[in-house]
Amino acid sequence: MGYQAQLRIWRGDAGRGDLADYKVEVNEGEVVLDVLHRLQATQAGDLAIRWNCKAGKCGSCSMEINGRPRLACMTRMSTFGENETLTITPMRTFPVIRDLVTDVSFNYAKAREIPSFTPDPATKPGEFRMQQVDVNRSQEFRKCIECFLCQNTCHVIRDHTENEGAFAGPRFLMRIAELEMHPADTADRREIAQDDFGLGLCNITKCCTEVCPEHIKITDNALIPMKERVAGRKYDPLVWLGSKIGRRQVKDTPKVPGKK
Amino acid sequence: MTQATDTSSRTRAQIADRTLRKDPWWRAPAITATLLTIWVLYATVHVFLGRWYWVPKYHYLTPFYSPCISGSCATGSASLGTWFGKVPSIIPYALVSLPFVLGFRLTCYYYRRAYYRAFWRAPAACAVREPHKTYTGETRFPLIMQNLHRYFFFAVILISVLNTYDLTQAFRGPNGDFGLGLGTLIMLINVMLLWAYTLSCHSCRHITGGRLRHFSAHPVRYWIWTQVSKLNGRHMQLAWITLGTLMLTDLYIMLVASGAISDLRFYN
Repeated sequence: MGYQAQLRIWRGDAGRGDLADYKVEVNEGEVVLDVLHRLQATQAGDLAIRWNCKAGKCGSCSMEINGRPRLACMTRMSTFGENETLTITPMRTFPVIRDLVTDVSFNYAKAREIPSFTPDPATKPGEFRMQQVDVNRSQEFRKCIECFLCQNTCHVIRDHTENEGAFAGPRFLMRIAELEMHPADTADRREIAQDDFGLGLCNITKCCTEVCPEHIKITDNALIPMKERVAGRKYDPLVWLGSKIGRRQVKDTPKVPGKK
Repeated sequence: MTQATDTSSRTRAQIADRTLRKDPWWRAPAITATLLTIWVLYATVHVFLGRWYWVPKYHYLTPFYSPCISGSCATGSASLGTWFGKVPSIIPYALVSLPFVLGFRLTCYYYRRAYYRAFWRAPAACAVREPHKTYTGETRFPLIMQNLHRYFFFAVILISVLNTYDLTQAFRGPNGDFGLGLGTLIMLINVMLLWAYTLSCHSCRHITGGRLRHFSAHPVRYWIWTQVSKLNGRHMQLAWITLGTLMLTDLYIMLVASGAISDLRFYN
């Protein structure tokens, strides 16, 4: 049986806007994105929504539903009461293009800053064989659909825009961890993870893990292991002593150009 | 045809509300803050009390006083001997271990999350605006010291060995032969869970195998890492459970030592 859902949707552009009220029909088995599409088709033809796969795999329909960062296509209407008013807003961390569509280019800029996979030049194509146990660790991180919900919810940039330059965000710190754990990668990104990508700003409150629609354990399997590696590189007095007496040689990956 | 977009003039959606969440997001940090406060107050009071920490008849020593190294320690309670003379109880009798235990818990990755959320509200809950104007995370003193967690871990391994020794002593009855009481069982459960919490630590996971790039080249360390990772998945639960068992063990020993209750003996 269908019912009429009460929706409050943020409408506007370039930051100017407000919440608008709508009543939209909801049918059994529908998700929030279905209802937004019905609204678009019947009452608000100019409502801007970014979407693509409707299957939780493209990461396009990220938004905030009742204040919680979610994928609209993976949020069932049955999880809300029929008399409950749904408040739907764009992701708060990113600039608004229009209505529920945000400009996520911040993330692409951060992605470009990360030094890429650096295999040993002596290893010829086809020579390296990777075992499944080594694959498993980074494969978890490869499940990322780049919905940027983790970036959106992370308070380091969500509540402090001044950190946007210094902090890459959980998604890209996870990318650094993935490369650091890759058996064929030869670069050492520990120092730049801390100094250039702001790992030290992360206070491991696990919001990135909470909102990840792919259930990647970002904090436990990427950020904390990376913090431990950085602690070994920069804050471990015994390792420091070892490097001074020549027992351990460290070759840091060069600083990211343009970073202080 | 693609069109270049000017992003410079764009701003975030201006929404005045601190959060639009409708669920009781404040409940978890409130419960955390309440429980941690109760525990800290309880532990502080008993650590500085200087009494009711040792049951000589059954060799029960509370973990809050292990190792008892002060000259003020009761006869038989100083497993490592006394390191200095009598002091007032304002100086904890186990001052050689308590700072490390405290440091281990304070720098623990789980407790950091708990107290940053509960007390510092950075953030209190996900997608809830925090009240601070600036934020530097763990990049400056004192929070940069969180990076020393692994050293507290090493120290706590030694302290866990000591707790295990205290447990073996609790298996002695009044005449020195084997004995078993409810206190022994409580201490046994406490020590087992303390080991589980300590070994489930993220630093332990890193040290045993997490720091490797090639798991396949180190099968033994990979196996150990796998086992520690299983425990690590329960780190939060173990953190809370061990707070409870520490408090229960201390309370039970305090009640028996003070004479408020007598130990339930199963054997000898």
